[in-house]
Amino acid sequence: MNDAVATAGKLAPETFRAPRNRLPYLLSLPALFVCIWILVPFFTAVWYSLEHYNMSFPAGRSFAWFANYIDLFTDPAFWHTVAVSLIYVGGSVAFELMLGLGIAMLLRERTLINNAIAVALLLPLMVAPVIASLIWKLMTNPDFGVYAWMASELGFRHFRWASDPSTAMFTVVLIDIWVNTPFIMILLLAGLRSLPSQPFEAAALDDVPGYLVFWRITLPMLMPYILTATLFRMLLALQEFAIVYGMTQGGPGNALMVFQVDAYNEFYQNMNVGRSAAVLVILWAITFVLSKLFVNQWYRLRARNRGEI
Amino acid sequence: MAGKAARSLAKVLVVLFFMFPIFWILVMSFQTNGEILSLPPKLVFTPTLLNYASLLVGHLKTSVGMLTITFMRNVMNSFILSAGSVALALVLGVPAAYAFARFKFRFSEDIAFTLLSLKFAPALLVVLPVALEFQQIGLDNTYVGLIWIYQLITLPLILWIVRSYFEDVSPDIEYAYRVDGHSWLGGFVKIAIPLAGPGIAAAGLLAFIFAWNDFIFALVLASGPKQPVTVGALAFVTASGIQYGQIAAAVVLSIIPTFAIALYAQRWLVEGLSLGAVKG
Repeated sequence: MNDAVATAGKLAPETFRAPRNRLPYLLSLPALFVCIWILVPFFTAVWYSLEHYNMSFPAGRSFAWFANYIDLFTDPAFWHTVAVSLIYVGGSVAFELMLGLGIAMLLRERTLINNAIAVALLLPLMVAPVIASLIWKLMTNPDFGVYAWMASELGFRHFRWASDPSTAMFTVVLIDIWVNTPFIMILLLAGLRSLPSQPFEAAALDDVPGYLVFWRITLPMLMPYILTATLFRMLLALQEFAIVYGMTQGGPGNALMVFQVDAYNEFYQNMNVGRSAAVLVILWAITFVLSKLFVNQWYRLRARNRGEI
Repeated sequence: MAGKAARSLAKVLVVLFFMFPIFWILVMSFQTNGEILSLPPKLVFTPTLLNYASLLVGHLKTSVGMLTITFMRNVMNSFILSAGSVALALVLGVPAAYAFARFKFRFSEDIAFTLLSLKFAPALLVVLPVALEFQQIGLDNTYVGLIWIYQLITLPLILWIVRSYFEDVSPDIEYAYRVDGHSWLGGFVKIAIPLAGPGIAAAGLLAFIFAWNDFIFALVLASGPKQPVTVGALAFVTASGIQYGQIAAAVVLSIIPTFAIALYAQRWLVEGLSLGAVKG
């Protein structure tokens, strides 16, 4: 580091070039170094997933090739986890997208009240997801919760929110919508407000009906923002842990056993390190593909906003 | 006319849905347990500060005896962990972000992507083996160990946001400064960092919020005395059971810092949340 800086100080062209080649590596090395030590446990986890490894029988630990994966793929409980996770992702992201887009359209004009609402709506996004589930737990408590009371006043006398397997998914998806819709809303609002005005003025001159303006002009122009926000949310919703764990720890029964809650219980309750790691490696493979898609979309959106396309 | 009324009604419903839970938890935090338990819910009542007082003092007299509350310690832990991990991430991340913005070097995009993909990898995949390893090397349940693992949250965020700010600053001023006889380091410290200053501050504040709101890392790696508010609040619910007023007050205390930062830094939040892709 020191001699790179010292030589960079001289301005002779030949000494300027050499440190410039090393400089970027020197600058990014400390960050990389810290992260490499985080990559070690990642490879350890991949190794665990290939082992018979149960903490309650340490003596039985042995290399198992793909036995854990084969077990998972032939176990209905694992497919239940896959299904529950996909329902969670589909339900929360679809509603967040529709709601976020609708609210962004509502707040599109730059008025004082619209800006105030946009700022206020950011607040749920700033609540830690596990704290959000605590808030909703208090509000849906059958003894005194204000939402539980409202539901029963509206005639849903036996609506038991997260404590009933048939409504637990609805409840956690609702909390996810409450926390994360503002994220999609704020990105789409920024996108909407940055769109050029000419196409809309031209459409107004020609008396194009509002729904056509929306489907033919607004939506296509907003698509890069929608894709970025959706991929980002899908990545995180697929791994959601805090909301589900805070609300029911995966229950009632196994109604909400999403990927990471399942892996957590496998590790701490069944002590089955191998199987838990295999679940997480499968989840990682899915998120890796999604994050590759997200990053490509990120570059495209950024290039567009910098006027490079 | 009907359209305008419908839009106003829609806005009212939106504000109600998103604001009511926050409003209600605030109301509950000023109520006694008796008022909280009464149905229909009470909106007219004499506010009490007892819930907050018992959290600050650290104990609460109940019918079954004295209940010790360590919640303020959780708040302090959250401050130490979030501030520490943001500080470390800035020291590590700002030079790296500068390198990615200014130089196209071999593997630069691969390294940048690897660092970002860590943020998107399942947290438990990394943290469960870490839990076993930390036990062996004595780093479990220490601030150092937690701050290190929190780099998974803070470092990619700072790297990607600050990188995009550096890319927006023209390198010409730095070159001119260097041609003037100053070192490369001088140009970085005196020119590049101040010009990207607002971006660095915004990235730091956003990283603080995400570190503060972390649950999964702390749940696995921190026990009792080192737990942040997120894990502490959940443990508090299990321990106190029916002290709903105190739970509500604890929830309010745990969200005040992130709300304050969000309101202060709202101008930069869009850019931060999109990792620098969208201008607010």
